[in-house]
Amino acid sequence: MASVLLAFVVSGVIIHLCGLDVISAAKNMIEGSLGSKNAIAESLLKMGPLIFTGLAYALAARCGLVNIGAEGQLYIGGLTAALVGIYIPNLPAPLHQLFAVLAGFVGGGLWGFLSGWLKVRFGSSEVITTIMLNYVAQYLINYLVSGPLEEPPGTFPQSRPIVESSQLTRFLPGTRLHIGIFIALLCLVLFYFFLWKTTHGYETRVVGANPEAASYAGMKPSSSVLLCMFLAGGCAGLAGATDILGIQWRLMPNFSNGAGFDGIAVALLGHNTPLGIFFAAALFGIVRSGANLMQMLSKVPVSIVNILQALVVLFVAASNIVFLIARRRAIARAARRDSAPEEPNAPSEIP
Amino acid sequence: MAMPILIAGMGFLFSERAGVVNIGAEGIMLFGALAGVVGALYLNSAWLGLLAAMLAGLLVAAIFALLTVSLHADQIVVGAGINILAAGLTTTVNRIVFGMNATPPAIPSFHVLPFPDALARISWLGEILSTIFSQNILVYLALFIAPLSQYFLFHTEIGLKIRAVGEYPKACDTVGIDVVRVRYGTILFSGLLGGAAGAYLSLGVLSFFMESMTAGRGFIALAAVVFGKYTPYGVLGAALLFGAGLSLESRLQALGTGIPYQFILMAPYILTILTLAGFVGRNKGPAASGIPYIKE
Repeated sequence: MASVLLAFVVSGVIIHLCGLDVISAAKNMIEGSLGSKNAIAESLLKMGPLIFTGLAYALAARCGLVNIGAEGQLYIGGLTAALVGIYIPNLPAPLHQLFAVLAGFVGGGLWGFLSGWLKVRFGSSEVITTIMLNYVAQYLINYLVSGPLEEPPGTFPQSRPIVESSQLTRFLPGTRLHIGIFIALLCLVLFYFFLWKTTHGYETRVVGANPEAASYAGMKPSSSVLLCMFLAGGCAGLAGATDILGIQWRLMPNFSNGAGFDGIAVALLGHNTPLGIFFAAALFGIVRSGANLMQMLSKVPVSIVNILQALVVLFVAASNIVFLIARRRAIARAARRDSAPEEPNAPSEIP
Repeated sequence: MAMPILIAGMGFLFSERAGVVNIGAEGIMLFGALAGVVGALYLNSAWLGLLAAMLAGLLVAAIFALLTVSLHADQIVVGAGINILAAGLTTTVNRIVFGMNATPPAIPSFHVLPFPDALARISWLGEILSTIFSQNILVYLALFIAPLSQYFLFHTEIGLKIRAVGEYPKACDTVGIDVVRVRYGTILFSGLLGGAAGAYLSLGVLSFFMESMTAGRGFIALAAVVFGKYTPYGVLGAALLFGAGLSLESRLQALGTGIPYQFILMAPYILTILTLAGFVGRNKGPAASGIPYIKE
């Protein structure tokens, strides 16, 4: 909480230093994100992918993995969803939507699974492989939309539009808000259910906390790694799938806009918990959707949002440690107090 | 094309060797690219621009070092944060300094930037030598950097300390090597070189700043370190290979040979994954890579 406040204050100072009006910027940001039905709908629209990519990072983190690959998993999820949306005609709408969304999950999941497999099989660091696969995915999409999947006659590098029956239902008239947000909320619930109510989830958390202990207890860290990277990739894939099926309606190069990396900030701020991710995604969704009006009316560049987000990440990263040190000191103090009555003069030994 | 990858890669080789994974390389280069242009513009000299870029890289690296080494924050998280910060801050500053245009700023003011004699001499040499040979200057420079790093890393006491800290910091601490100082030193050094690599892009290749102009070159530099198996000559080879790929890509696109250029762009990343998976010989990074050292 303090990190977020501090990040807002610093961002405000930066805006002020640029000679711009902070109060009007804040007003327009709130107006642009919460001021009308459409504004709220756009905020929710921005929130959905952030939940997905936040989950993609958090799920891996719970298993002791670092998933920097949400961006690439998102692209592949968008690709597989678009393929189902474009090339499978004549399906009833709900079924078509379901298939396309599932395809997005599986596509992103396999992309994540690849990193997990490389780690389990060859011991390759998932940090590096997920980063590398981001670029592979991005260039793959670039190639496909200007090659095999390009819409004739090939004026723009983009695919054909998806069939109407695969477009995600928009449920709030006059806005672009689609059912993707419900899928995101469902995933949050499933995330909680998986980690805290299933055996696999329990094993995942044990592996994340201490892989050696997990091995001794008869668990298989490698299968947890594979499962988690698949599920994490799947979540990121859903971010791409819902974006393509709900908003873009066709595959385009670079459609992501960095949502994959935003997920790191979301998960970090949300401490990898379902509720935390929900609120963090809501916060960043609001900030992102309000930024457009802010840029238009207060002349504050949208990129200030990236600064804000980065500051949150850095402050949280630093503050976790402050918190840890404080706790360690508290424990040490408590230990000293406990040992004091018995041997008042003995030097206390604290590991 | 190979030059920025080589400069940055050589810098991050040192911090990697000391057990620091800095995925903020991309952000540091981006900061360097902007600082280079702004510095060159206001100080009226490309050399001072380069200096500004190196200082900017140093500053960002110092923040990284403070958070990861002193406060034991997660290196990956801080690196990712720095990348996001770089994307936001450079865009914001760029728009404030050069106007709010969405398109790259109008070039005139950059064209009249006084380029130093040395750079002019390079292009003059480049004109004399054929296009093939003009690449060789880079190679000569590169060949100069690589042995220097090799000597420093493998034949000096500091180099030995750096490598030891990357393998087993606790043992180093026991024998009196200051782990914190070694890590700070290598991180700051990588910041200097990372900033310079960014300036090479904005002052040497393009002579203006473009939003997110590093376009993944920081990550390619890290990939070069991994693909080069954490040795200076390895990084040199990787940088030359990846750089050749990048220039091949632009030529292929111009020639229209039918080979999708995206696959050539993909190659460095795929090669790095293959190296990591051990298909290209054994590859093992420093043992303490990415782990914060907490003194007990």
